[in-house]
Order: sequence, then C-alpha cells, then structure tokens
Amino acid sequence: MSSPAERVREIIVEQLGVNAEQVTDESKFVEDLGADSLDTVELVMALEEEFGTEIPDEEAEKLTTVGEAIAYVQKIVGG
Amino acid sequence: MTCSGRVVVTGMGVVSPLGNSVGAFWEGLLAGRSGIGPLTRCSTEGQRCRIAGQVRDFDITAYLSEKEARRLDPFCHYALAAATEAVRQAGLAGGGVVPERAGVIVSSGVGGLASMQDSVRTLLERGAGRLSPLTVPIMIADMASGMLSIHFGFSGPNLAVVTACASATHSIGEACWMIRRGDADVMLAGGSEAGLVEVGLGGFASMKALSTRNDDPEHASRPFDRDRDGFVPAEGAGVLVLESLEHARARQAEILAEVVGYGLSGDAYHITAPDPEGRGAARCIRNALAQAGVAAEDLSYINAHGTSTPLNDRMETAALKSALGPAAYRIPVSSTKSMTGHALGAAGGLESIACIQALRQQVIPGTMNYETPDPDCDLDYVPNACRQIPVGLALNVNFGFGGHNAALLFRKAP
Repeated sequence: MSSPAERVREIIVEQLGVNAEQVTDESKFVEDLGADSLDTVELVMALEEEFGTEIPDEEAEKLTTVGEAIAYVQKIVGG
Repeated sequence: MTCSGRVVVTGMGVVSPLGNSVGAFWEGLLAGRSGIGPLTRCSTEGQRCRIAGQVRDFDITAYLSEKEARRLDPFCHYALAAATEAVRQAGLAGGGVVPERAGVIVSSGVGGLASMQDSVRTLLERGAGRLSPLTVPIMIADMASGMLSIHFGFSGPNLAVVTACASATHSIGEACWMIRRGDADVMLAGGSEAGLVEVGLGGFASMKALSTRNDDPEHASRPFDRDRDGFVPAEGAGVLVLESLEHARARQAEILAEVVGYGLSGDAYHITAPDPEGRGAARCIRNALAQAGVAAEDLSYINAHGTSTPLNDRMETAALKSALGPAAYRIPVSSTKSMTGHALGAAGGLESIACIQALRQQVIPGTMNYETPDPDCDLDYVPNACRQIPVGLALNVNFGFGGHNAALLFRKAP
C-alpha cells in the first residue's frame, strides 16, 4: 500500500495531467504545475475523496504547494 | 477590407457515423452506406429505441491532452475535430486571418447532455458538495464556440445559436450575416451533438419521435417511405469555414461554394409538432430564394430535413410544394439522414456539407431505404442511389422543435 504522500502525488499527477518528475514538495500548483481555479477545486475534492475527509475552504486555500498538501493529509490520516 | 456582401465556404470538417472526415462522410453518402447500428454509447435498459448513428474510431487525444479532454463534453470533442479539419482545408491553420477578425458560431441542440446526466446522478447520490467545478462549463451548449475560440485564437464574434435540430443551419446563416455586416472576415460555423444518453433517448422515445425498428438498424431511417416510424438518433459535427469573398480571394484560398441565401421563420404552431401545412417551413424556403434572387426552377438539389418521422416528412413535402410550386416535382430532394440518422443540432452542418460536395462533384446523394411510396410524399426523393446531374444551386433545409425553421442556399463556386 502506498504511503499517504505517494497517494497525494499520484492524485496530483492524475488531476493536473503533469509528469511525476515535476511533482516535488516545493512545486506550486498554479505557478509550477499549471493549475487553474477549477483544477485547484477538483484537486481538493479528489484528496477529500481519497482520504475520506472534508477539507474546509479556509484550509484548502492554504494548500498552494505539493508539500503543503502532503503535510495536511499526513496530519489528518497520520503517517 | 471592402466587403461586397458575398460569403464563400473555404473549409469543411466532419465527424459522423459514416466516418470522421469530409472524404469518408461523402464516400459513405454516395455509396449509400448506413452508419446506423445497435446503440452502445449508453445503457439501453428500458429504452424503446436501441439503435443509433454513432461516431466510431474517434480519438480526442489526437487533438487534446487527456486533461484538456476531460474538461470538455464529447460534443466539444467532435466540434474540435471537425473544426480542425475545416481550418486545415481553408489553409488557416498557420494564420492567414487577423485573430480579431475571425469568429465562431458552432452550436449544439442540447449541449453536454451526458455530462449533465452524470452530474445529476452525483447530486442525487452524493449531494451538492460533490459536484465537480466543471459541472456547469462542461454542460453549457455555448462551450463549443468558446473552446474553439480558445483553441484557434479566434477572438472575433463568438456565440451559439440554440434552435434544436436547426441549430447548425441557423449558425451558418447568422455567421454569414456577421461577415456581410463587416463584423468579421472569417467565421467557423456549424453544429455539434453528442446526445446519445439515456435521458435524451428516453425523452425522445416518449414523444414517439424515435424509430423502434431495433431488429433492423440499417433500414430504420427511411425518410419519405410509407413505413417510416420515427427518426434514428445520431451524433457528430459538421463545421464550415466561411469567409468574405474578398478575404478568400486576397489570400488565394480555394473557394468551395458560395452561400447565397438564408431564410428563417417560426411555425407559431406547437412545441413539437410541425404545422401540418408546412407554412413556416415554406416561408423560410421562399425567404432563402428571395434573398438570393433566384426562382424555384433554378434549384438543382434539395437536401431535406427528412427525419423519417411520419409528421415531418409529410409536412416537409407539403412545404416544398407550397414554396416551389410545380417545380417541386422536378427538383430532386434527398434525405441523407437515411444513412447518418438524425444528428440533431449537428444535422444542418453535415447536410450543408452534403450540399457543398454535391456542387463540387456534380453528384447528389440518394435517399436510402425508400421502398414503398407514401401518397402524401410524392416528390422525387432520389431513391436508393446517388445520381449524377448538373448541380448549380443546392438548398439545405432544417427544422427544430419549437418551430424554428432555417434554409440555406449554396451556389457552385464562382
């Protein structure tokens, strides 16, 4: 079973249509990975789906990099 | 650039049940091939109509990345493929037009119906909070025009015309006026439809509009035949590049045909049934002829709406006789829906292309599956085979639920 961090990276690759090599902890969704406003909402929904959680809008807005998303998910699910 | 008001066609593109290019479509029409088969695009459980004219061997990833494709409904995918073929034929793929002077009216009868049905399922099963942010943009019927402008960088006039099964016809006509008015030099115009989805099929079937000849799909669309029992739903896209004559000549583009008349009318009669006397339909045909300043006798070919419903084909015959007088009996009329099925908002695009090809190649497609004459339908329907004749002027006619009537008149290239 993949770790939460790996699952987050896989979702980002899938949702944003980017290569796995582009997805580093420092990658910014908008500036580096080409996400637009619709992508960011879809991405958060996909994370909610994967980890069976609900991410409040005010928390979601703070998730601007891959590393931030991974840290948030790890905080919720542990690991 | 001065504009004489003359508008010509310089590009065409097709996605259809007969193939995904103008060449494949036209070859199928001349061969009398049927594009109709068992419906596999969606579940047929509980459906009265289980046959359709489906697009086959279509791969959108030849045009878009997977991510881009996922953001658009199949009706936009078809529109993009047809538009790409048209733009390439017109020689505009690498520029050739000032972007602000190029516009788009590529419409759809219903828009993203499959996407809408999926979204409603999500809403009911999982709640509003699980609806994708793409729910609205993927569904709205104007998105083909929006997406094409983004894709080609055409930043001139941009809109969509929703008139059910006359959507593409009106789109082409309105685009001609934009060029005539001087709003644009080049317009992408036509229609696209991908509505083979449970909610649409069930709705049309409940109206008794669809054929139920499920055990014999290839013979189910039989326009003007006595034993016709409804239309066969289909999908696809037909897109033209329209251009002012001056603009086309200045860049030495090959001119495929000229659009010389566009007639419109409303039935003011019923939400779905056509006026049995075809008064509205006749008026739009007369309007198209009057605009071109030609007489009924001058027509070489008519591509009928010819849906294969009992009501349409009888009404349309009456309308042609009313609009054209005794000449109606001499002018060949065929329905290519006998081969493609009825692609709804895309029909007028596909059928305009059939008219333009007839003008270019001096051969008209036939009406297939015509076996038993109907006393109410007594014109020359070009039964069961294409026909080589001189073609100088071709009329395309389409009618939409709501009583929207449109006719386009094409002349052989000057």
